[in-house]
Amino acid sequence: MDHTDSLELEAHAELADPLEIPALACGAMANSKPYLAQPAHQKPLGFPGELVENWQEKAILKLGDLVKNNRALRFYLDGCVRCGACTDKCHYFLGTGDPNNMPVARQNLLRKVYRRYYTFLGKTVPGLAGAQDLTREVLDEWYSYFHQCSQCRRCSVYCPFGIDTAEISMAAREIMDSIGMGQKYSNEIIGKVFNIGNNLGLPPKALKATLAGLEEEIEEETGVPVRLPLDEEGAEILLVTPSADFFASPHMEGLIGYAKVLHEAGVSWTFSSHASEAANFGMFIGSYENMQKVSQRIAKAARDLKVKRLVFGECGHAWRVAYSFLNTLAGPFDFLDPRYPVPQHICEFTYDLIQGGKLRFDKSKNDHIRLTFHDSCNVARASRMGNMPGGQFEIPRAVLRASCNYFFDMDPETIREETLCCGGGGGLLTDELMDLRTKGASPRMKALKAVAEEHGVTHMAAICAICKAQFSKVLPKFGFDMETIVSVHQMVSNAIVMTGSKQEEEWNEKAGRAAPAQGAQI
Amino acid sequence: MQTTIYAVVFYVASAVLFGGLALRLVQYARTPVPLKIPTTPAPLTRAGAALRVLREVTVFESLFKANKWIWLFGWAFHAALVLVLFRHLRYFMQPVWEPVMLAQPFGIYAGFAMVGALFALWVRRIAIARMRYISDGLDHLLLFLLLAIGASGLAMKFVARTDIVALKGFFLGLIAFDWKPLPADPILLTHLALVAMLMMVFPFSKLLHAPGVFFSPSRNQADNSRERRYAPVRALASKA
Repeated sequence: MDHTDSLELEAHAELADPLEIPALACGAMANSKPYLAQPAHQKPLGFPGELVENWQEKAILKLGDLVKNNRALRFYLDGCVRCGACTDKCHYFLGTGDPNNMPVARQNLLRKVYRRYYTFLGKTVPGLAGAQDLTREVLDEWYSYFHQCSQCRRCSVYCPFGIDTAEISMAAREIMDSIGMGQKYSNEIIGKVFNIGNNLGLPPKALKATLAGLEEEIEEETGVPVRLPLDEEGAEILLVTPSADFFASPHMEGLIGYAKVLHEAGVSWTFSSHASEAANFGMFIGSYENMQKVSQRIAKAARDLKVKRLVFGECGHAWRVAYSFLNTLAGPFDFLDPRYPVPQHICEFTYDLIQGGKLRFDKSKNDHIRLTFHDSCNVARASRMGNMPGGQFEIPRAVLRASCNYFFDMDPETIREETLCCGGGGGLLTDELMDLRTKGASPRMKALKAVAEEHGVTHMAAICAICKAQFSKVLPKFGFDMETIVSVHQMVSNAIVMTGSKQEEEWNEKAGRAAPAQGAQI
Repeated sequence: MQTTIYAVVFYVASAVLFGGLALRLVQYARTPVPLKIPTTPAPLTRAGAALRVLREVTVFESLFKANKWIWLFGWAFHAALVLVLFRHLRYFMQPVWEPVMLAQPFGIYAGFAMVGALFALWVRRIAIARMRYISDGLDHLLLFLLLAIGASGLAMKFVARTDIVALKGFFLGLIAFDWKPLPADPILLTHLALVAMLMMVFPFSKLLHAPGVFFSPSRNQADNSRERRYAPVRALASKA
């Protein structure tokens, strides 16, 4: 027995470093690529159905056009000095060793074409200046490797000039869409949002039924008639969540958490069937126009339903678009109550209530859980919560600490602004990319394994629908249960003690307090 | 003979450097920034964002987070370069400004630091597989150019001293459009030719990172998109 223990200890000591730099494996992921969009997926977004005849000429013109209209893209293509700071920062590079997954190398795929057609040295001495013609091979490389970037911005944290590969990937995808070489997964989903109102294509009737089912479930569990209203005009708050919250696990458990918090806060609120989606895949494909169209659905829903506040559920890139872009794309929101931030994150909403002493928690309800928190990339590096820089790290942690007793952070170099992407973001959450997704998740999985060994961590909370879906799929490949991943508001849901609930009775009994007599206050 | 050639070369190089840079800066300034994209956590105010850029420029804050070796060599090279350039101002002014006088000894030793750091950066570039993979010909050439400029400069100070008084006369003459002879010292002529080359390639190469960093939206934007609506006039995309 003792012997086994010491062996295990040795194994602990040899835990893999999540940020270990792999040896270069040239071309290892050259064949990884998502399915091409069909004409039916392309047309509704305003893109040609298939690769156009004069694609080369069109792509080059489009590149010039994008550079002319985006200072970030122009400087990012010009300014890189190949210092190498980013080379070991991408989770896809760490997981695959493919050198084209080093951020600078990924950028160079576009940069070499930009140089060839738009810079003096690239035109005159292409060989020396790392410039290259746009050939079919280069286009195929683009399609492969610009769909191996989850736009997580980790590289941009370390770049001395703030060069953000996400911007380059978005531009490359926009160029490919414009010549008819779109990605099926993202474009099909955007089409569903335009047609039906959400990524899953869940029609209002089904949505209504789902919400009714959840109401029953909550009442059964708590004895409280918590409502999940849809399209209720005049409600104070419009809640916009990723549609995965309506049916997937652990998303739905998080949704139940939002409903309980909103109920306990005593505010009126509603979902919208017109804007039943927080996600905005228009960002993934770099399309300003499509991103704006999706955003405007939310503004329209807020106007139509005459709400006063806008609150977003747990979704990473959706929060980026909501927090950073919504005001620009679909604003101004001067018709909403100016006393509240527009938009507000559900974690901010819950946190404010906790700070105000308005929520009660029975933390022991989460005592079977030893928790860590995965900072979702777009929340961490492209948005904020609260009124302090870094509130996006502190507020979800504060909510989690309020609802459970055992919380442990992962390796500091893999959380907060240095967090690793789940491996499925940026429009890559599709089955045909499973190999890439698994490899891209491996640095995070190693960091999780370390806290599991060290602190007995059993669960990891996340704040993004894509993270949750991705981890549910990849956790088993690393020896974890798929239910290791939980929603932040699932933890809240487990522990919250709502007024008049079965949990309140139990809580009072446990604390040796008599339940207040009915009507005592009258 | 060399006086005429070098006079013309330096007029042209100066025109290319300053004209080219001005054009590039105007081009950057005129290119729209469609959205708010600061890498967060970011300062909440414009003053805070300006300070962030200042930290990037002076202490290479992000690079320090990324990799201590690149930071050490990169920062040492840039700091040394600033000192060396500052020291060189003495050849372009009469009388010499007091701070430039005071910087003379530091500037000379900075020359060694500069050459050492450049050499270390080049060793990294060839010794590490990742660095080799991402480097193109020009990356190596620019390092060589800078190394050769530094080495030839040091050689004139410590190996075969050049007629520095005559050189100063040449440059003051250039500025006053009253040409004076340039000494025919091969090391000096090499040094000057390489410098002119660097000046001319500057606006067309990655050396643009120097002025460009001030234009990087992920660093210079304040994180205030909820508090203040960001509404740039978006240039209409031309029909591509």
